[in-house]
Amino acid sequence: MVELLEVRRLVKHFPVRRGFLGRQTATVHAVDDVSFSLGENETLGLVGESGCGKSTTGFSILRLIEPTSGEVRFRGQNILALDKERMRGLRRHMQIVFQDPFGSLNPRLTVERIIEEPLLNYETIGGSGRRERVAEALELVGLLPEHMRRFPHEFSGGQRQRICVARALVLRPSLVVGDEPVSALDVSVRAQVLNLMVKLQRRLNLSYLFISHDLAVIRYVSHRVGVMYLGQIVELAEAKTLYARPLHPYTRALLSAVPVPDPRRGRTRILLKGDVPSPMNPPAGCRFHPRCPEMMPPCREHPPLMRIAAAGHIVRCHLYDGGEPWNPIPAACNGSAAQHSTAGGTL
Amino acid sequence: MLSIRHLKTYFRTPRGIARAVDGVSLQMGPGEIMGVVGESGCGKSVMALSVLGLLASPPALFAGGEIRFKGRDLLTLAPEELRRLRGDQISMIFQEPMSALNPVFTVGNQLSEVFRVHRGLDRSAARQGAVEMLAKVGVPAPERRVGEYPYQLSGGMRQRVMIAMALACRPALLLADEPTTALDVSIQAQILELMLGLKEELGTAILLITHDLGVVAEITRRVAVMYTGKIMEEAATEELFDHPLHPYTRGLMASIPRADASFETDALNEIRGVVPSAVDLPPGCHFEPRCPEAVAACRTHPPELEELRPGHRVACWRANRG
Repeated sequence: MVELLEVRRLVKHFPVRRGFLGRQTATVHAVDDVSFSLGENETLGLVGESGCGKSTTGFSILRLIEPTSGEVRFRGQNILALDKERMRGLRRHMQIVFQDPFGSLNPRLTVERIIEEPLLNYETIGGSGRRERVAEALELVGLLPEHMRRFPHEFSGGQRQRICVARALVLRPSLVVGDEPVSALDVSVRAQVLNLMVKLQRRLNLSYLFISHDLAVIRYVSHRVGVMYLGQIVELAEAKTLYARPLHPYTRALLSAVPVPDPRRGRTRILLKGDVPSPMNPPAGCRFHPRCPEMMPPCREHPPLMRIAAAGHIVRCHLYDGGEPWNPIPAACNGSAAQHSTAGGTL
Repeated sequence: MLSIRHLKTYFRTPRGIARAVDGVSLQMGPGEIMGVVGESGCGKSVMALSVLGLLASPPALFAGGEIRFKGRDLLTLAPEELRRLRGDQISMIFQEPMSALNPVFTVGNQLSEVFRVHRGLDRSAARQGAVEMLAKVGVPAPERRVGEYPYQLSGGMRQRVMIAMALACRPALLLADEPTTALDVSIQAQILELMLGLKEELGTAILLITHDLGVVAEITRRVAVMYTGKIMEEAATEELFDHPLHPYTRGLMASIPRADASFETDALNEIRGVVPSAVDLPPGCHFEPRCPEAVAACRTHPPELEELRPGHRVACWRANRG
């Protein structure tokens, strides 16, 4: 079966240039060997702390930034090999909702102009047909057709995020990347937008790549979850499994650190030492080893492989070296994979 | 130790008077950790800034009430006396440590200023004090760090510096306005742990302002829920989580995904509508337009806080009637 989206060994390095001649002095390893797949009607959550590369992953998949290497297959087609024109044609099926509903809507345009813009770009329908589609999109997100004539500043944060969702959905895409779509919203409004996104997924057969730093939100909306640390996925499993039996020491620490709204809950919090190291100079061996409470000698030198620790549960940690290495490339597609560097040297 | 009574902090705006804090009363004892929880615009930060006298007036307008700290009314205190209190007896940490620190002075410079101003120490003694404070808040290599600028530190380290600065004079009261909101989860856990430890060691009372019910549950003993400038409910933390009485509190609690909640099995509660504007608040209960349980009285008469269970005060007509 061909998944909607297959990401293999995605790498994005940003050069750091300094000085008068703009010589490259360092490299930011923003995304370093990320692989996952996303099925029809599925939500994959990517969770991690700031700088872990989760947003860069999302942007790379839409080619809003060009990945350094790797493969992104959308319905079996490697979109990184497409020319500009064909990529443009495909992009209507892949949309994005950003974190900040204030910054991502043009304040000078009416809601109608904002939402019809994708239609003008991709479809040849007349004014009345467009207006109908805009009204339909507004209705979908719980706004009224008469809101069309208003400007973004007349709406609250939650309503603006609904407008962003309407704009993303007006072309009837199959994939929506949500980059922290509810993080800027207050708790009570956040629930409205989350419920809306869940409802729309069922109704429109959408697949979501949901990116957030909020572990509870990710648990709530996702079927499967990938935990990222310093540019890599360190654990990937079904949401239920990952939260009930986290295997990677980082995931365990992260989950134990989330404040839980229950004052009676006794807890053993795993406190991580220090800060996340700079992605400019990630630690050798396992990237988590300087902060890992279960660090062993090999962790200093050898980067761990992604291994299958249990059915459907993939971990990048030497504690699970007994497991089979995980091959993110399904056998059927092996031959078609074009030349690609094994960047990061981990796979 | 701190007693706020009927505090009303308004702002003059072109669109009318914004009632940011509208008759708030609360009491805090020495060494207590109290939480104030609410969504953006509920007035929780303005309340803290009022305590410290950090609001420029105009546009701020103190329309009534008093703030007593160790018996003295801070609202009528001379600016000079207030300045002596700030940073010494009462101090504050903010959400964004980057914008709260001065980017052109070293960490040591800013930290030792506290000792020089409030303790009259000379340069080298103040610097020694700065190094000791940095060590106390868990900044590694403090001798080196004192010479660094804020931009050279990570977010977690900057917040530690802010805490070091705030606690340098062992204040009786620390106002912490969203101290961990800008931080990552693992760093947030470190900072909360640090604040708890320092409270034990120094006996500082902490007024923790946050939107995060999780953080409230973790470290506070009492909590007040604010909405549009008013306290809606106040109780011991365990009591509030066990028996939330106000429909707003209950709505808020049900709208956060609980640990292990999934869309496949659990519905997330929504509070319908939006927070009303501070210049155009409803005449009765401020929550009435969004309240699923509102009755006729709610529309016309603002409810007062009443003690409905021991130590548990609620401002709601419906809850009052049981």
